[in-house]
Amino acid sequence: MGSPMKVRAQMKGDFADIKILMSHPMETGQRKDPKTNQTIPAVFIQQFTVEVGGKVVVQSETGTSISTNPVFGFKVKGAKAGDKVVVKWQDNKGDSRTDEATVA
Amino acid sequence: MDILRRTVLKGASASGVLAAALTAGLLKPTQVLAMEWNKAAFEAKDTPAAMKAVGAASAADSKDLKLNAPDIAENGAVVPVDVTSTIPNTLSIAVFIDKNPYPLSAAFNFANGAMADVALRLKMGQTSIVRAVAKTSDGKYFTASKEVKVTAGGCGG
Amino acid sequence: MRQALLAAAAFALAISPAIAQDKPAAAAKPAASKKSAKSAAAPVEEKDAATLEFEKFRAKMIEEGNPAELFEAQGEEMWKTKRGPKNVSLAESCDLGLGVGVVKGAYVQMPRYFADAGKVMDAERRVVWCMVEKQGFKEADLHAKPFASGTYTPEQTSIVTFVAGHSRDMKFAVPLKDPHVKDVYEIGKEVVKHRAGPYDFSCNTCHGADGKRIRMQQLPNISTQKGAAMAVLGWPGYRMTGNVMLTHQWRMGDCFRQQRFPEPKYASDTVTALLTYMTANANGVTYTGPGIKR
Repeated sequence: MGSPMKVRAQMKGDFADIKILMSHPMETGQRKDPKTNQTIPAVFIQQFTVEVGGKVVVQSETGTSISTNPVFGFKVKGAKAGDKVVVKWQDNKGDSRTDEATVA
Repeated sequence: MDILRRTVLKGASASGVLAAALTAGLLKPTQVLAMEWNKAAFEAKDTPAAMKAVGAASAADSKDLKLNAPDIAENGAVVPVDVTSTIPNTLSIAVFIDKNPYPLSAAFNFANGAMADVALRLKMGQTSIVRAVAKTSDGKYFTASKEVKVTAGGCGG
Repeated sequence: MRQALLAAAAFALAISPAIAQDKPAAAAKPAASKKSAKSAAAPVEEKDAATLEFEKFRAKMIEEGNPAELFEAQGEEMWKTKRGPKNVSLAESCDLGLGVGVVKGAYVQMPRYFADAGKVMDAERRVVWCMVEKQGFKEADLHAKPFASGTYTPEQTSIVTFVAGHSRDMKFAVPLKDPHVKDVYEIGKEVVKHRAGPYDFSCNTCHGADGKRIRMQQLPNISTQKGAAMAVLGWPGYRMTGNVMLTHQWRMGDCFRQQRFPEPKYASDTVTALLTYMTANANGVTYTGPGIKR
């Protein structure tokens, strides 16, 4: 089970502004451990989904060019205060994490 | 239901089907996440190859696709980029970093009210063009790009 | 009294354990900065375009999502949990100057004098003191690997980040009216003048006047309120280089390293003196909470 992420969702006019902060090393698999000179294996988020009010609104595939502890921002029309936002990611090692928030 | 196993990145028609399926609420996150990660696209070593792997044929520059990024990145490890498409019926946006070992950084598919608008943070190895590609429901591709400089910074205080 | 304190500080600096000097390849950096320090033309007090752009995007990132928040959350967990051989939580035992367990506003009022310890202490030093005295952790253990690297983050870093978060939007107010604090401030003011190391640098070489820079980074003049503010704001900070959470205490050590000084003793009087000097110079400036750093 991955580390907790922070999900925030706020109504701004007619759309919900969603901000997601994920906790993940996003190791590219190109770095070497300076002590052992071994390549540090790649561990990175490959996919994630964002659901609002029970429907998938964003489906994403990501690679090793995304920063460690990724942050993503999305805007969703038709959402309203009180809607549940659920974010789920999975990485190349099969680890995953789900967190949610309510649209404020 | 084989066609649903392909993500929007794999073909012109698949995205339309995926978008429709997402809109109809047919797909749950677990099903979506069970789809294959587009290895060919993410492991392509240059932007043209990566764009080909996501099915992006000739992409036309569009002023309605906006890419907001710093002129100079304070640190190449965390480069904040915003991509906004006001091109009607934009289904997806992909972001490429030309000079990275693997240019394709991420792709996003929008449905059920999600605007074609994404903020993300990139790892850049060196000064490079950052390229956004947007795909519309009629299978057309559009592009916008910006050079982001990556330099040796300072002392970190 | 002051003479004795100054002598003690100088002595402490002299006997700080030496670390292996960095490889010669890294020496190019100090040489370049020394050059720019000497040949600085008209002092540049205002921020240049690149600096303004850096700050703009940094502010945007902090607003949208600062990875420091992940450590704030971890720190909160640690603060509230019963831990250590004495099985007590910091929330029920640690006084950061405003009363046991009171976190709001504590960070911006440190360094301050703590009668129970008989010392002026900065936030990190006080947190470590509480962990040792109240929770029973061994000081040697907490001093062994006190700074984050790779995927390792020491507990005190997360706790200090949590504490700092609770001074968000409050003004720095180091209690200079307290004679104990004033004395330590004066020591700090002397320490920044002290020249040492193979390059004969002092803190003031880089931070004692306006208009200095190292490559893309403008260097703050910590003797002024404006410069001191630039130096203290943003700590603790999530550092993009290495993606690690780091504290102001860490930064002092890294400055020493960049001057090719021996490493300062962790949570020592010298570091407290430096932090007192620069934080007090920033008194009145609003602290914006844990930041993002290069």
